[in-house]
Amino acid sequence: MLRRRHLLSKLGVRGCNTVQVAALSAAAFLLLGAGNPATRFSEIGHQMMCICGCNQILLECNHVGCPASDGMRTELMASLTRGDSDSLVEQSFVQKYGPTVLADPTRDGFDRAAYIVPSVALILGFSLIVLVIRAWKNHPAPAVANGQRPLYGAVLEQFRAQVRKETNL
Amino acid sequence: MAQIGSFALLLALACSAYCVVAGIVAIVRKREFAVPLAETARRAGIATFALVFLAALILVLAAFENDFSIAYIFHHSNRDLPAPYKFATLWSGQEGSLLFWSLLLSAYGLVLRLRYKTDVRLFAGASVVIAVVQLFFLLLLTFAARPFALIQGSLPADGNGLNPLLQYPEMVIHPPMLYLGYVGFTVPFAFGLGALAMRYPGERWIHITRRWTMVTWGFLTCGIFLGAHWAYSVLGWGGYWGWDPVENASLMPWLTGTAFLHSVMMQEKRGMLKMWNIWLVFATFWLAILGTFLTRSGIISSVHAFAQSSIGDWFAWFLAITLIAFVVFFLRNKSQLRSDHTLESLVSRESSFLFNNLLFVLLCFTVLWGTWFPKISELVQGNKVTVGAPFYNRVAIPVALLLLILTAVGPLLAWRKTSLESLQRNFLWPAIGAIVVGVFLMITPQSWGSPFGLKPWQDISYFYSLMAIALSVLVTLTVASEFYRGGRVIAKHALQPLFPSMVQLMHRNTRRYGGYVVHFGVVVVIIGFAGAAFNQDTEQEMGYGDKMSIGPYTLVCRSYTEDDAANYASQWAVLDVYKSGKQVDTMTPERRFYKASRQTSTMPDIRSNLDEDLYLVFEGLNPANGHPILKAHLNPLVMWIWIGVWIMLIGTVLALIPNARALVRVPVPARLGPAHAEPAVAGD
Repeated sequence: MLRRRHLLSKLGVRGCNTVQVAALSAAAFLLLGAGNPATRFSEIGHQMMCICGCNQILLECNHVGCPASDGMRTELMASLTRGDSDSLVEQSFVQKYGPTVLADPTRDGFDRAAYIVPSVALILGFSLIVLVIRAWKNHPAPAVANGQRPLYGAVLEQFRAQVRKETNL
Repeated sequence: MAQIGSFALLLALACSAYCVVAGIVAIVRKREFAVPLAETARRAGIATFALVFLAALILVLAAFENDFSIAYIFHHSNRDLPAPYKFATLWSGQEGSLLFWSLLLSAYGLVLRLRYKTDVRLFAGASVVIAVVQLFFLLLLTFAARPFALIQGSLPADGNGLNPLLQYPEMVIHPPMLYLGYVGFTVPFAFGLGALAMRYPGERWIHITRRWTMVTWGFLTCGIFLGAHWAYSVLGWGGYWGWDPVENASLMPWLTGTAFLHSVMMQEKRGMLKMWNIWLVFATFWLAILGTFLTRSGIISSVHAFAQSSIGDWFAWFLAITLIAFVVFFLRNKSQLRSDHTLESLVSRESSFLFNNLLFVLLCFTVLWGTWFPKISELVQGNKVTVGAPFYNRVAIPVALLLLILTAVGPLLAWRKTSLESLQRNFLWPAIGAIVVGVFLMITPQSWGSPFGLKPWQDISYFYSLMAIALSVLVTLTVASEFYRGGRVIAKHALQPLFPSMVQLMHRNTRRYGGYVVHFGVVVVIIGFAGAAFNQDTEQEMGYGDKMSIGPYTLVCRSYTEDDAANYASQWAVLDVYKSGKQVDTMTPERRFYKASRQTSTMPDIRSNLDEDLYLVFEGLNPANGHPILKAHLNPLVMWIWIGVWIMLIGTVLALIPNARALVRVPVPARLGPAHAEPAVAGD
């Protein structure tokens, strides 16, 4: 809060208005087309599955005479034309056809694990590699069979610079 | 004929079992009879190939001779089936495809057993492991999925025919390629496990299997993309990858196999990551078997899956046994797998390989997790959920983009340590090039067509596309700079033009520069994938003279008609394609009804060019008025995918070519001492 006040006092009233106008314009620009039923039909229709057993996205089901997809598409368009929100449309489809109608898991309950587990795996993996690299870096140099010590530090850097210079790399 | 086939499989089973038992005894009991015993095991392995080959030949002949007394032929062939598809009958059903798998495994085993003099002991160990896997498949063929089972009752006049979706030229080569890939990963696994079990010292197994692994990887890559092309050309939904569990099953071993191809270089050059590599090669083999389990057990629903059957249990047991056996050998002998060196710097080729491996394995884990999540959800909360393309796009694409960054940076890093100064120097121009291309794509007008006029803030898919294209440019420029800098050194010393120097450079270290060509192929494929963000489609009923517009194209229905051939009846439409008011093509999307199987199939017509594919599907006839219903897709940049795959395969072949001897030698100053007086060779 203090930080915000400090920022506002720095910008002044005029600067503050400019920021607000810019933020509103950006929001309006970003949301442009979001309420268009055709756009929403395409977006939501690609987040649902046809339930005829073809395992295809609703709007990609290409069976003529498919017992499910035509009706589902009509139903989806009717919901959007009525002005139902995205979540309401999804809820009504889930109630009618079951949770498998959604093309990906929801962000509720156990379904969240579908998204959390890969992210946690990524973070753990990165942490593990950084720890391994640190451990290896601090590890003493391994012994060489003929008793020679490997080159390290400034001497090694000197040879590296020399090789680069001589090979023009 | 069926009896001969069954008998051949039974004999093969006996030979394989003998190969396992005699091979193990010969390795374990090091007495005077061990050598002749090992030789008999080797010959039994060779005999296994001959017998399995005979069985496969009999099944193919039965298809050509319309021997419908064999249940497999009755279910998967018919009299009017064209000859190439009769040949493909071998792998079009469950039993036949298992026989085909067994045949390929025995063929790989044959090559291995013929080349045993390379390293008799190590090859004997690998031969036993291969024989164990072979034994499992032969047990399946003998007891659970018998390809020569006979029809009960009266002999049918004709067969049920081949699945219409499989009656497409690519289907004659897609499964063999995929299987060559799947089965081929058994070879590095066999050498790895053999070396581990025998406590075989050194990196010998890695050197021996390097080419095997690359060839296998090439086959698997080819198989996966042939499958994608088949899906695109036949299934008629306008896409090439649907994240179906069976597609995922082929992708998982490819991802771990690719990780192995990278990390194995650390073991070869620096003696590092030995434990990791043995686990990776095992995971690749295991995932290939898991994929087979997925397709055949019916445990996960998929449009590709074979019918649900009891052989899923066999695979589950085999997977469990191989896992336990591997873990036991690993725990007993892991002291053999200590690293020779440690990592010196975070900014080095080694660390880039570590992160590269992490991302490949993470991608594989994500795909595995997504594939199994419906089952896990069912077990935990009692109801299934769908994990479709939106999930994978959301989770896997960011990881793939990170991988692309590493693909760009990795080649610029030196082994052991790279100075930030040199990284900055080498990376600056490629990075500027990528940023310029990214900005150019954003500021150009959308009327130029896809992917110009990209506004990444409008949609996350546009953002991903922009990133993918910009990073692809980055990778391309770093690869080009690698060729240029290496070529320039040779050109300077050999006093010859740059291009021949670059060719010479490549010939001197084919593995490294072939690998770069593969990387370039990958970015071309990625650019093709990036086009998916701009896909459009429309559907319309088309009477005579009706028009449909999509993107820059206008389609006019000239005619629609029907035809009747021996194998199928078809309905098709003739459409004139106009672009900017000028006729550019005539297209004929088709729908077929296969008589024997009484199934329908779409044959989309695709007009491909570098910019975009116009993809037309004949969906059927409106029963009310008989007018055809057509769906048109406009898919930008798809052709880049197929071009990229060719480049990847060319790169793989280049990487397999033996290195040429160096013509240019750069003498190392004498002050380094006699122990270091080996001439340094540009390009090495």
